Amino acid sequence: MTFLDKTARSFFLVEIVKGFWLTLKYFFKPKVTINYPFEKNAISPRFRGEHALRRYPNGEERCIACKLCEAICPALAITIEAEARDDGSRRTTRYDIDMTKCIYCGLCQEACPVDAIVEGPNFEFATETREELYYDKDKLLENGERWEAQIAANLKMDAPYR
Amino acid sequence: MAEFFDIYMLPVFEILGKILLIVLPLLGAMAYLTYAERKVMAAMQLRQGPNMVGPFGLLQPLADGLKLFGKETIIPSASNRAIFVLAPMLTFMLALISWAVIPFDVGMVLADVNVGILYLFAVSSLGVYGILMAGWASNSRYAFLGGLRSAAQMVSYEVSIGLVIVTVILVTGSLNLTEIVMAERTWWMHLLLFPMFIVFVISALAETNRAPFDLPEGESELVGGYNVEYSSMTFALFFLGEYMNMILMSAMTVILFLGGWKVPFGLEWEWLTMVPGLIWFVLKICAVLFIFLWSRATLPRYRYDQLMRLGWKIFLPLSLLWVLVVAGALIMNDALPMPAGVEG
Amino acid sequence: MIVEAIVFYMFSTILLLSGIMVISARNPVHSVLFLILGFFNAAGLFVLLGAEFLAMILVIVYVGAVAVLFLFVVMMLNVDMSRMRDNLKKNMTVAAVVGFVLLGELVWIFSNWHFSEDAELNVQTPFSAEDAMDNTRALGEVMYTDYMLFFQMAGLVLLVAMIGAITLTLRHRPGVKRQKINEQVNRQVKDVLRVEQVESGSGIV
Repeated sequence: MTFLDKTARSFFLVEIVKGFWLTLKYFFKPKVTINYPFEKNAISPRFRGEHALRRYPNGEERCIACKLCEAICPALAITIEAEARDDGSRRTTRYDIDMTKCIYCGLCQEACPVDAIVEGPNFEFATETREELYYDKDKLLENGERWEAQIAANLKMDAPYR
Repeated sequence: MAEFFDIYMLPVFEILGKILLIVLPLLGAMAYLTYAERKVMAAMQLRQGPNMVGPFGLLQPLADGLKLFGKETIIPSASNRAIFVLAPMLTFMLALISWAVIPFDVGMVLADVNVGILYLFAVSSLGVYGILMAGWASNSRYAFLGGLRSAAQMVSYEVSIGLVIVTVILVTGSLNLTEIVMAERTWWMHLLLFPMFIVFVISALAETNRAPFDLPEGESELVGGYNVEYSSMTFALFFLGEYMNMILMSAMTVILFLGGWKVPFGLEWEWLTMVPGLIWFVLKICAVLFIFLWSRATLPRYRYDQLMRLGWKIFLPLSLLWVLVVAGALIMNDALPMPAGVEG
Repeated sequence: MIVEAIVFYMFSTILLLSGIMVISARNPVHSVLFLILGFFNAAGLFVLLGAEFLAMILVIVYVGAVAVLFLFVVMMLNVDMSRMRDNLKKNMTVAAVVGFVLLGELVWIFSNWHFSEDAELNVQTPFSAEDAMDNTRALGEVMYTDYMLFFQMAGLVLLVAMIGAITLTLRHRPGVKRQKINEQVNRQVKDVLRVEQVESGSGIV
């Protein structure tokens, strides 16, 4: 670039004017913001949100207390105690997840042989106290009932890739 | 008694009424400038800005104000109490008193003083004290550094602002703001003053500590600069003072360069001249304020040495040279303004 | 007129009090702030006299620039006043002698001071009414005609003082790397970046 060209460029603030022109163009562009509580983004079927314990369609719990999830959990967030039920089948008596420890890695649902523990599509479960985030079995089963339709659909969509 | 009332009380009430008429709309304008800033910046960054409180978020400034009112005023125990409390008050007060001499239309001015432009310049040069006092009285390193930076910055840019004002005064031949607006300007005078307009706007950005010259409060290095230790109303006064100064600087730009309350571009169509001058004045101020917000959304923050280089090594010589150029051009064209009764 | 008198006494009282506070305040920063208050009241007195140009210049130059730099320096230096007081006691005798000499000279000057006959008239109307000049123009009229030489000389003295201050403090430190802003700004992508298609297995020469 010649000297004259350079000097003219810096004196007439060419680059600053270019920058201003760019922001002015953006000023009139449609906005990309999603109006969150009223609008939500689509989420992937693999989304790892709040945990849920599922049941079979006949109402039987899926979880067989194999404790694979407890073993694989890197954050040690899952605690399971198990006992034989009256009919002889092995079931959990206690299934707790400490949601404050959980890192949402999804290893528990990978490990589960019966698709009992899953991470559902729900991410809006903020609470006002820590205690509410220590989920017990009842809470997890209730989640399972509430989100079953969507969880089942997500699992079906994702099945060909597993 | 009646005489006393007529001579002393009545003018006092009249002036108080005028002050209220100026200050109340200004406070409203200031509040909505914060809203406008958030909306403009958001639009330029492809966001929506505040839109929850009231229709289009129009009540957001009220909500912010209430929030600040409701907070606790904290005065650090190591601070210099009196000065610490005095600083925000001073900043806010200085931002308000300049409006005494701003003419909103022909004759629509609180005090039509002969040296109005000097008064404006003097008051705007005092703004630095609020910041310097706040920085020192907080007894905190961040605040102190912010205060020092700001002082050096404002003193540097005042020099170029002063010289720019000199060029305008050369063209108009008066220090009175109304006369500055009313002075006839030919097209070559406008052309001659245009570079000074740019210099003035940039210096005004630096003088009001706005982006890209907002390093006194550079969040990334000084946390918040001179106002780190402030909370609640003391902080609000600083905040409002800054926005008030922005409006004031825009008003100054409009008066000096953009023809005040006159119809823009010298148009004389009837439907334009019917609009009151006050409305033109306000519209022009809004346009300049948009430049303020626009540059905040566009330009990254200056580094301190670059700021000083721009002020002392570029603007000072440039505006000094331009004073000579303007004076020379005026004498060449025999257009040097002379008052009645004085030989040229 | 009574209002003017009240305002005059208010300004001058505050001016004198802040003057006293400047030399008696314990904290040097407070001293500077009182000095600024003093400047303000002096400006107010100028306005009362009808010299609004001088008042504004006083505020712009002294308050807006000089006192800011004072404040700047005083804040940075962290002056220890108690030690300075000790030094003061040592030099008290010399200071007293100088002070008394100055006082004597002032007394001598003022005892021989006579106001001219029409001084009072001049104070009331510094310029004849038919000129109807504002005081900015009036100042310019005398400053750039009758006192042109003194004005220019004062300017030269200031220039010399400025150059002196700069040369006294300017040090050339060798080995300091400086930025070349123009070069940085004018750097173009094509000057410094080269895109090459590199075949695998062969390097760039």
